[in-house]
Amino acid sequence: MQPDFYKVTGISKGLILGVLSVLLLFSCKKDEPSYEVFLPSNFPAPAYDLSQNPVTTAGFELGRKLFYDPIMSRDSTIACADCHISFSAFSHPQHATSHGIDGLFGRRNALPVQNLIWQTSYFWDGGVGQLDLIPLNAITNPVEMDESPAHVVAKLNRHRQYPALFREAFPGGDSVTGPHMLQALAQFMSMLVSANSRYDHYVRHEAGGDMSQQELAGLQVFQQKCATCHATDLFTDQTYRNNGILDNFTLDRGRNEVSSLPEDIGKFRVPSLRNVALTGSYMHNGKFKTLEAVLDHYASGVKDSPTLDPLLKQNGQLGIPLTAEEKQSILAFLQTLTDQDFVNDERFQK
Amino acid sequence: MKNAFFGLLALLITFTLTNCKKTEEEVKGLGDVVIEMDNHAGDEILEFGKSYVTAGGDTVKFTTFNYFVSNFILTKDDGTQYLVPKDSCYFLCQHDDVDSREIVLHNIPAGDYKSVQFIIGVDSLKSVSPVGDRKGVLDPTGAAAGMYWSWNSGYIFVKVEGTSPQAPVDAGTGERTLEYHTGLFGGKDSPTLNNLKTVKITSTSESARVRDGHTGDEAPVFHLYVDILEMFTTPNSFRVADVPTSHAGPFSQKVAENYADMFTLDHVHNHQ
Ligand code: HEC
Ligand code: HEC
Repeated sequence: MQPDFYKVTGISKGLILGVLSVLLLFSCKKDEPSYEVFLPSNFPAPAYDLSQNPVTTAGFELGRKLFYDPIMSRDSTIACADCHISFSAFSHPQHATSHGIDGLFGRRNALPVQNLIWQTSYFWDGGVGQLDLIPLNAITNPVEMDESPAHVVAKLNRHRQYPALFREAFPGGDSVTGPHMLQALAQFMSMLVSANSRYDHYVRHEAGGDMSQQELAGLQVFQQKCATCHATDLFTDQTYRNNGILDNFTLDRGRNEVSSLPEDIGKFRVPSLRNVALTGSYMHNGKFKTLEAVLDHYASGVKDSPTLDPLLKQNGQLGIPLTAEEKQSILAFLQTLTDQDFVNDERFQK
Repeated sequence: MKNAFFGLLALLITFTLTNCKKTEEEVKGLGDVVIEMDNHAGDEILEFGKSYVTAGGDTVKFTTFNYFVSNFILTKDDGTQYLVPKDSCYFLCQHDDVDSREIVLHNIPAGDYKSVQFIIGVDSLKSVSPVGDRKGVLDPTGAAAGMYWSWNSGYIFVKVEGTSPQAPVDAGTGERTLEYHTGLFGGKDSPTLNNLKTVKITSTSESARVRDGHTGDEAPVFHLYVDILEMFTTPNSFRVADVPTSHAGPFSQKVAENYADMFTLDHVHNHQ
C-alpha cells in the first residue's frame, strides 16, 4: 500500500466512461487524486447521504485497511474480507452459510458488499437501517467476530499504525474512536459500486455493451417474470418477500425477527442479482449451489406457506412457468450482470 | 416513522404558532429545569440486590435498570409549549449512576411550567441516523453499547435484569435470571412493532418556576418516582415463571404498555 499506488492506478476507465459521476471531495494534498463515488446514470439517486461522511483518500484507505484486518475480531483471526471476498463481489463463494470465529457456522449466507449506498436497509432481514452501523453487527455477532466495539477501539489505539492513520483521516481527533472507525469502513464500502457489467454498457449505450440474441431474449423473459421483485437496475425492489424456498421457517423467521409482525414470517429481502454468477450459493440459507437450481426452483420447486408471495401463486398455480429455452436464455442473461472491472479493481483489494 | 415525524412536525407547528401569540411577559430570560428520576420498587427506594414482590406475587431482585428518555416538551401554565432542541434532548438514565438520573434541561425560557412530557426510548428519526449524529449517550460504540441492538440497529429503550426464585433456570448461566430488553421504534422503510411511549406528567399544585440565570441548585425540579415494579403489571400483569425474558418479540409490546406508567410526579420543588 505505497502512497504512489494511486498515481499509478488513476481513475478506472469506468469512472471516466460513467455518464454521471460526482466529484465528492478534494483531498487536502494537491498531488493525490481525489476520490469519486461512481453514480451510474442507470441507477436511481443514492439513499445514503454521502455529504455527511464524504469519501476522502485517507478515510477510504483506512477503511480498506480495517476491512482486511483481523484485528476486528476477538482473537484476531478473522477479517471482514474473509467472508466478503473481492473476486466474488465481496461475498463468500461456495459457502452455504458463512463460518466465522472458532469455525462456528452462521445461519445465513454472506451477502455481497456492493452498491450499498442505494440500499435503504441491510442484511437478509433488513435489520440494519444505516450503512455506517453495519460493521457493529458483524463485530458483535458471536458466530462472526464475537468482539465488542469498545475493545476493538482499544486495540486500534494500542496499534503501531492506526492512531496516526485515524488522525490523518479525521483531522482534529486525537485518538481512535468508535464512530470514526465506522465512518472509515463506511467510506470504503461506499466506494464499492458495481455498474460496469456488459448489461450496464448495453443499457447505457456504451462500448462493450454487445448482447447476443439469447441474452436479449433472456432479458425479455426476466423483465416479464422476475423484474417485479428484482426491479430496476439494482435488481431489487428492496422489499421483503417469501419466494417459496421453504414452507417452515422455525430455523430463521427472516424479517419477522426484526419486525415481530406475524405477516413477516419467512420473508427475506429481495437480493440484488448483480454479479450473481459469482456469488453462489444462493438464497439466505445457501440452499441452491447453482443458478440452474434456482431456476428449477422458480419453475417447479416453489413451496406453499401462509406468507408465500402472491406473485408465485397466480391462478392457484405455484411458481413461475418457464420453458427449458426460457431458462437457458435467463441463465445467459444473468451472466451479463458480472462486472469484471469491479471484482478486479485494485483499489478495493488488500 | 412517518407518524412520529408528522407528530413532531405538528408539535413544532403548534409550538411556533402558540409562541407567536404575544402574551404579557412578566418574566424574561433563560434558566434550567431539573427532572429527577427517583427509582423505586413499589413504595421503597430501589436498591440492587434487595428482594421485592411484584403484583403477581413473584420475588424479584434487580441487577440492571437503564432507560432512555428523550424529546422533552415543557408546558407553561398558559399552555405555551417549549420543545427542548433535538441536540440536547436525549438522556440515558442508569440506576447505578446517580448523576445520570438527574436530567438538567438548559436554556429554558423563563416562566411557570406545570407539565413535562417525554418519550421513553429514542425516536425513529434518531434511530436511523448516521453514526456522526449519534453523540454522547447515543454512541453505539461507546455509552450506548449496552443499550443497542446491532442486528436490529435500534436502541434498547428500557433494560431490566435480575433474578427470581420463581424464574426457570437459564440453560446458559445456570441461574434463575430475568431479562427484559425492550426496544423497537417502528421500522425504517418497512414497519416493525413500535414500542415508543409518551409520558406526560402534570403538576396539579405547584408549577416549576424557571427564572433567568437560575441554574444548578437554583433550578426548579420535577421530582419523579420511577417504579420498576410497574413493568410487571397494568395493563398486562404477568408472572416471571411464564415470561422470564423478553427481547424484540411480540411480548415486548405488553412490557412497554406496562412500563409506560412507571413515571409519576412526586412533587415540584422550587428553591425560592
Ligand atoms: C464470518 C463471516 C463474516 C464476517 C467476518 C463478516 N461478515 Fe458481513 N456478512 C456475513 C453474513 C453471513 C451476512 C448476511 C447476514 C444476514 O443477512 O443476516 C453479512 C452481511 C454483510 C453486509 C450486508 C450486505 C447487504 O446487502 O445487506 C455487509 C455490508 C457486511 N456484511 C459487511 C461486513 C463488514 C464491514 C465486516 C467486518 C467488520 C463483515 N461484514 C464481517 C458474514 C460475515
Ligand atoms: C415474488 C418476488 C420474486 C420473484 C418474482 C422472483 N424472485 Fe428471485 N428472489 C426473491 C427473494 C425474496 C429472494 C431471496 C429469498 C431467500 O433467500 O429466502 C430471491 C432470490 C433469488 C436469487 C438468489 C440470489 C442470491 O444472491 O442468493 C436468484 C438468483 C433469483 N432470486 C433469481 C430470480 C429469477 C431469475 C426470477 C425470475 C424467474 C426471480 N428470481 C423471481 C424474490 C423473487
